[in-house]
Amino acid sequence: MENNQLVTLIVADHDNQSVSVDTLHTISAAISIGSKSDMDGEVLVLVAGHQCSDVVSAVGQIDGVSQVLVADAAEYQYPLAENLSELIVSLCQVHRCSHVLAPANTFGKNLMPCVAALLDVGLLSDVTAIESADTVVRPIYAGNALARVKSLDAIKLMTVRSSAFDAASSSAPSATITAIDTVIESTLSQFVEAQKVVSERPELSAARVVVSGGRGLGNKESFSLVEQLADKLGGAIGASRAAVDAGFVSNDLQVGQTGKIVAPELYIAVGISGAIQHLAGMKDSKVIVAINNDPEAPIFQIADYGLVGDLFEIMPELIEKC
Amino acid sequence: MKVLVAIKRVIDPYVKIRVKGDGSGVETNNVKMTINPFCEIAVEEAVRLKEAGIASEIIVVTAGDSSSQEQLRTALALGADRAIRVDMASAPEPLTVAKLLKAIMANESPDIVLLGKQSIDSDNNQVAQMLAALTGRPQGTFASNLAVEPPNVLVTREIDGGLETLKLALPAIISTDLRLNEPRYASLPNIMKAKRKPLEVLTPEALGVVVGQHQQVLEVMAPPVRQAGERVVNVTELLDKLKNHAKVI
Repeated sequence: MENNQLVTLIVADHDNQSVSVDTLHTISAAISIGSKSDMDGEVLVLVAGHQCSDVVSAVGQIDGVSQVLVADAAEYQYPLAENLSELIVSLCQVHRCSHVLAPANTFGKNLMPCVAALLDVGLLSDVTAIESADTVVRPIYAGNALARVKSLDAIKLMTVRSSAFDAASSSAPSATITAIDTVIESTLSQFVEAQKVVSERPELSAARVVVSGGRGLGNKESFSLVEQLADKLGGAIGASRAAVDAGFVSNDLQVGQTGKIVAPELYIAVGISGAIQHLAGMKDSKVIVAINNDPEAPIFQIADYGLVGDLFEIMPELIEKC
Repeated sequence: MKVLVAIKRVIDPYVKIRVKGDGSGVETNNVKMTINPFCEIAVEEAVRLKEAGIASEIIVVTAGDSSSQEQLRTALALGADRAIRVDMASAPEPLTVAKLLKAIMANESPDIVLLGKQSIDSDNNQVAQMLAALTGRPQGTFASNLAVEPPNVLVTREIDGGLETLKLALPAIISTDLRLNEPRYASLPNIMKAKRKPLEVLTPEALGVVVGQHQQVLEVMAPPVRQAGERVVNVTELLDKLKNHAKVI
């Protein structure tokens, strides 16, 4: 399907109440394709959900979005890849899309390869820079190398790393809202239940400050030191794989190659040794602080400020004085 | 029940990789190679299903050149029954791998297909999902728990907000996440036995798969290096740096 016009479809990630911050970063990335390729284009956003009108209005106010495609049906209550992928493929054909983007979070990573396979094209995963309409940069080997990759397909599919792009801004409602009647329901996959973590703290991927704990904390109770510091600084909490595996915290806090990738203004690593896989998730943070009693810990190689010492003495003092 | 497990040979994840000076890629000569950690978790899960009496046969498959035979033998030593290597001179793109696996699924009719969620070299996280879409079978990605309840399997997945459980009709395609299990080590007797287990070599042509190219890697670069930081001696100095120098708090 040859295409000379830029028509970018973004698949919105949301919970039927509000649109995710990740989606705002993806929309920004989509808009940048236009400026990088010097082409005018349309930016369409698909909101598939159930009773999701709040999400639709929020998306309709995002600068740069020309059209919001709404598929509101009970079948889309939970974002099952089997349902959404077929819907996206049909929209690609109707709107002659040149690009389809989604956030590189578990929602987008679960879904976009399905869309790619159905369209018989490749997928550029976890894009950190868009250089033109067909060329991107993406990390490989846990971010220890970067690959400049060109898509040879007529339709380019991407998942986009939020920390590499700004969040799109919102002003007045400007997009056309179009209802989509297509309802696809897979009989092979069924949502059973979810255990979502509810927290008052900022979301890990969007926070300006992240305080992250590792194996050095020793046990679940001591993790409260991380929480107290985060709360004092108004930040989010994160964890290394070791801390999650040991049961100190739940999996949604894991920062790393296969967990969340963050790039806050300030990342404080407490009792984290700095394995390659953890660094992959936080080495683009603006300022990195490491607190560890092992002066040889690899984390000190990338920390801007390293404090060697016993975290059980350092943390209470830091919490009190910060 | 038959379980098909797909594995990939990758650079050992604890090795510090070197980007070649000419931008053509990452140095792999004389570098330690291993089964991709997520694939190893997939093999372990298959073996546990067999030990629980749920699976009767485990077939392990990889797409690669003859050096990847080493990883197939490891998987056989861990408990797989037979192996298939699809001969490919260079690492195929995810869509190609998915098409090869689809062809093998058509020949073998597995009830469960287990794959690692991503390979630690390309970090794509695509094959399982592509395979599910190509075969029209349901997917359970980033699995941290599996419960086979024929004719379904309950898959608990690690997602951004926590955990989610899906019920999938078998045959289903599942990709493994870190906490699904902790893989065993192969014992020496099993390593010896593995040498006698069947290992078949196929080609894409024999499987009726045309190997396409959807992406071109123009260059592989080293990432920007962070400037070396400094040590601070106490909390007071740290806070001074953060407030007055870096100005982040």
